[in-house]
Amino acid sequence: MKLTKSFNRSLWAFHFNSGSCNGCEIEIVAAITPRYDPERFGIKLVGSPRHADLLIVTGPVVKKMRDRLLRVYEQVPDPKVVMCVGVCGSSGGPFYDSYNLDGPVDDVIPVDVYVPGCPPRPEAIIYGVVRAQEKLERLEGERA
Amino acid sequence: MSLVDTALAVVLGTLAMAAFGFVAGLTVLGIDRKLAAHMQARIGPPIRQPFIDVAKLLRKENVVPENAIPWLFHAAPVIAFASTITILLYLPIGGIAPVFGGAGDLILIVYLLTVPALAMVAGGFASGSPYATIGAQREMVILMAYELPLAIAVIAIAWRLAAAGVAEPFSLAAIAANPVWGVVGPLGIVGFAILFVILAWVTPAELSRVPFDAQEAETELAGGLLVEYSGKNFALFYMAQGVKTIVMAALAVAIFLPWNLSDFVAMTPAVAVVADFAFFLAKVLLVAFFSVSLIRVSMARFRITQIVSVYWLWFGVLGLVGLLLIVLDAYAGVW
Repeated sequence: MKLTKSFNRSLWAFHFNSGSCNGCEIEIVAAITPRYDPERFGIKLVGSPRHADLLIVTGPVVKKMRDRLLRVYEQVPDPKVVMCVGVCGSSGGPFYDSYNLDGPVDDVIPVDVYVPGCPPRPEAIIYGVVRAQEKLERLEGERA
Repeated sequence: MSLVDTALAVVLGTLAMAAFGFVAGLTVLGIDRKLAAHMQARIGPPIRQPFIDVAKLLRKENVVPENAIPWLFHAAPVIAFASTITILLYLPIGGIAPVFGGAGDLILIVYLLTVPALAMVAGGFASGSPYATIGAQREMVILMAYELPLAIAVIAIAWRLAAAGVAEPFSLAAIAANPVWGVVGPLGIVGFAILFVILAWVTPAELSRVPFDAQEAETELAGGLLVEYSGKNFALFYMAQGVKTIVMAALAVAIFLPWNLSDFVAMTPAVAVVADFAFFLAKVLLVAFFSVSLIRVSMARFRITQIVSVYWLWFGVLGLVGLLLIVLDAYAGVW
């Protein structure tokens, strides 16, 4: 699997909610509004993990979602990056050490980029996507 | 011309049309995205964005789901892409005659237009996913829904040309030689304008674009028909989508806007080919803008039940009104 320059300008994101409070979802939707217009860099949200290059995970991964998260992660075709949006997914946030969590996200699947915040601003989410693109580029450099 | 020459011309013509369809199709998708973005007060992606997307998809992993029927799952995108290219071989491109010459007529094209849709249906059923199955069922319903207005438009034009004494009214060469607007009186012009509008509204359903994209509906069906497709197969569907946009626009141009620049301005044959080609591209872009970009930006998605009543009832009735006006126009001269 070889990464190319095309990835820099065509990153399709799939959004997965693993038990989030919907705050991060609102900010993700805010990040794709005309004000920020990430489509000018080829970034768009897709409806199926099969079409995605970037898996955006929100929420602290409740017990019921662990299996689903793993399955969605497996469905994203390689090469892929995972971005964890919100403090819940990074550490558990307000639900830290809770009995009904299997998270945070990096206990379940490997995470490439963390975007902290409760919820993070749209600018932070876009910055995270840029870092995800950089990671794909770096992988490309290492493989070449 | 010997058999070898004919075979060579067809093979080279097919390759040239495939290249043209690929480049023009993806470019028109890029222009559509740019125009849609501007209408939504956005900057939008660069026009070459679809090329970047396809280049990326070709390098992604090609996942075949466990429940899928692999040979059908892999065959569907190839058939969809190949059949859209095939339609292009029957359509005149500016001053350039179709590769298959006068072999096909309008009825053949109407039938061929269903082949890519049926390939997508087969691919959807072969995916082994409930979302794809629902998408495939919806695609079949939509296919049947827009056939009626499309058939009315095609029949009305051919009937009027036959009434005007044109031999072989279904052949595209005859339609190109007798632009419909010149054949009829004022009533007929209103009728043809109605049919032109109907063809413009059939286009989004043919291309699965908003508001007639209930079969893909990424917010409800997660991509519907295409939900399980990734990598190379998805890229083929993506390219077929672009070529289909060109096909539908070229069909509307061939029927309703068949004029060439060289008919009005005197020029040498070599210049005429280039000028007619550029003029053809301009007409295709114009049709694509009004029938795809403008409609999809200004409307929300119809539900599947609404799509059927929109096509069978509203556009069916509107088409019959257009047909009636054309019939009245044809007999007005006799009376």
